[in-house]
Amino acid sequence: MDPVIELAGLSVRFGNREILHNLRVSLSGRTIGLLGPNGAGKSTLIQTLLGFVPLSAGSASIFGHDIRQQTRELRTLIGYMPENDSFIANLTAVSFVRMMGELAGLPHDAALERAHEVLFYVGLGEARYRLLGTYSLGMKQLAKLAQAIVHGPRLLILDEPTNGLDPPARLRMIRLIKEMKQTGSMHIVVCSHLLRDVEETCEEVLILKQGRIVHYSNLDEERSANKRFVELETVGDEKDFAGALTALGCECVGAGLGRLKMVLPAEFELREIYRLAAERDLQLRRLNYRRDTLEDIFLKAMEV
Amino acid sequence: MAVYKRTYAAYEGSLTPSWSRFLILPRYSFARLWQSKFLVMFFMACFFYPLGCIGYIYFANNLSILSSFGIPAPAGQFLKVQPSLFLYFCWVQAAFTYLLTAFIGPSLVSPDLVNGAMPLYFCRPFSRTEYIAGKMSVLVFLLSLVTWVPGLILFAVQASLAGWEWTKANFWIAGSLFVGLMVWIVLLSLLALALSAWIKWKIAAGGLVLGVFFAGAGFGAALNSVMRTNYGTLLNLTEVMFTIWSKLFRWPSDTGISLESAWICVAMVAAICLWLLVRRVRAFEVVK
Repeated sequence: MDPVIELAGLSVRFGNREILHNLRVSLSGRTIGLLGPNGAGKSTLIQTLLGFVPLSAGSASIFGHDIRQQTRELRTLIGYMPENDSFIANLTAVSFVRMMGELAGLPHDAALERAHEVLFYVGLGEARYRLLGTYSLGMKQLAKLAQAIVHGPRLLILDEPTNGLDPPARLRMIRLIKEMKQTGSMHIVVCSHLLRDVEETCEEVLILKQGRIVHYSNLDEERSANKRFVELETVGDEKDFAGALTALGCECVGAGLGRLKMVLPAEFELREIYRLAAERDLQLRRLNYRRDTLEDIFLKAMEV
Repeated sequence: MAVYKRTYAAYEGSLTPSWSRFLILPRYSFARLWQSKFLVMFFMACFFYPLGCIGYIYFANNLSILSSFGIPAPAGQFLKVQPSLFLYFCWVQAAFTYLLTAFIGPSLVSPDLVNGAMPLYFCRPFSRTEYIAGKMSVLVFLLSLVTWVPGLILFAVQASLAGWEWTKANFWIAGSLFVGLMVWIVLLSLLALALSAWIKWKIAAGGLVLGVFFAGAGFGAALNSVMRTNYGTLLNLTEVMFTIWSKLFRWPSDTGISLESAWICVAMVAAICLWLLVRRVRAFEVVK
């Protein structure tokens, strides 16, 4: 698959401070998650890709277009939903989205038609003639999404799309992202510090920490690897017990004080743990069973 | 796609030429500006003086009509169309444009900055130059309508009534009208946009547009009397413009500053305003 975003040693500097350091990655998924704690450089990376921030070293390309040489062409292919409040207060939603469509190059009749369509699509159809200044935070987020998709971009960049949304509004936003991923031909970059949002919507994840890439993974592959984890708290001879589990194909690590962490093989049944414990008269005080989640991946990446 | 279907479909139609996109901003700005009744009334008031001037020119060229109104012929001898008429026209209309700019200018850039709209403009194939050109064209177009456009109409009326000989001898007036008023419009527009970009509160920005002229005049006069010089007058933009207009209309100027220094002053103010604009009009705000 052709890469959507390709970073080749990309570095960004603000004065003497290096914000992004030598980023090298090729992303080609339909939905790409950009994760990292606050100040990791996620928004700076997005602003760099949009051509707002100059590169201090390296290069980057989107759909094969160099972001420095072909900025204008690239911007016709990109839709951007900023993190912060971004709107024009004295305009109605339909005028606002229409204007944004026209600025992206749509003829004014087509822009008006598309503005109505996308406002209905995001769920603001009934409120489209209201002034944007009167919108609630959730409605403003949807209006920002509408302006980002009005011109039918090939790449949609969503910076913290669920920021400040209540649970139903968040679910609506997630549903919209999933729908666009399934029905449209666009690629989506979701930048968030909310792991759940990224886990629910993305195929690929890029984790940044202090301006560096600390982890890149294909979530689909991770999911298909189907790793299962068990954490046990035991009272008794856990070494013999661990040995027996290892003989059955588990990867066991002792964490001291009778605690064990293990990765289970694919065909392993949990009842084997109880059987082996019963045979050794070992008390099982606690058993945590879970699959590998994005949270594990993220926490591991943060330890680097 | 019909709106009731509510599914997403990409746009596959044609795109507008990129050179024309800066004209989108004035269209939306005018739609918003004309919603203000005060602005509409004030804009109409700006045409009273040009209408009066047309009447004056008509009577000056048709003295016989005055006698039909019972006005004795010698009274009509005072009615003469001279270059000073056009200079006064510039003065009066410049005062109107000054107030018009203080009213319109601040509402052009500051709302975009207050509401963080800049990234939305610049994530599209739309540059900062186009943004500034688009916003500036709102002022240039409106101010042109009340300055050099009626000025040239006055000139055309006089030319049509006075005949070819007068037109040939005074054609320079048309050029002076256009150049003098365009310089004033560009200066005012840049000043208003720069102040609007730096002061996000519209009312304060409007007040400052007015204040720059008054404060500059006051400070310049103080500087002149303390330093015993004339260079303080360069801080008084009204006097600077009068110096330029006087030369353009071949009228004696008593401002005490040379034409060259007046032009340099205008160029420097314009350059500073542009620099201020470029510093502020960007997709993101640099927080130091």
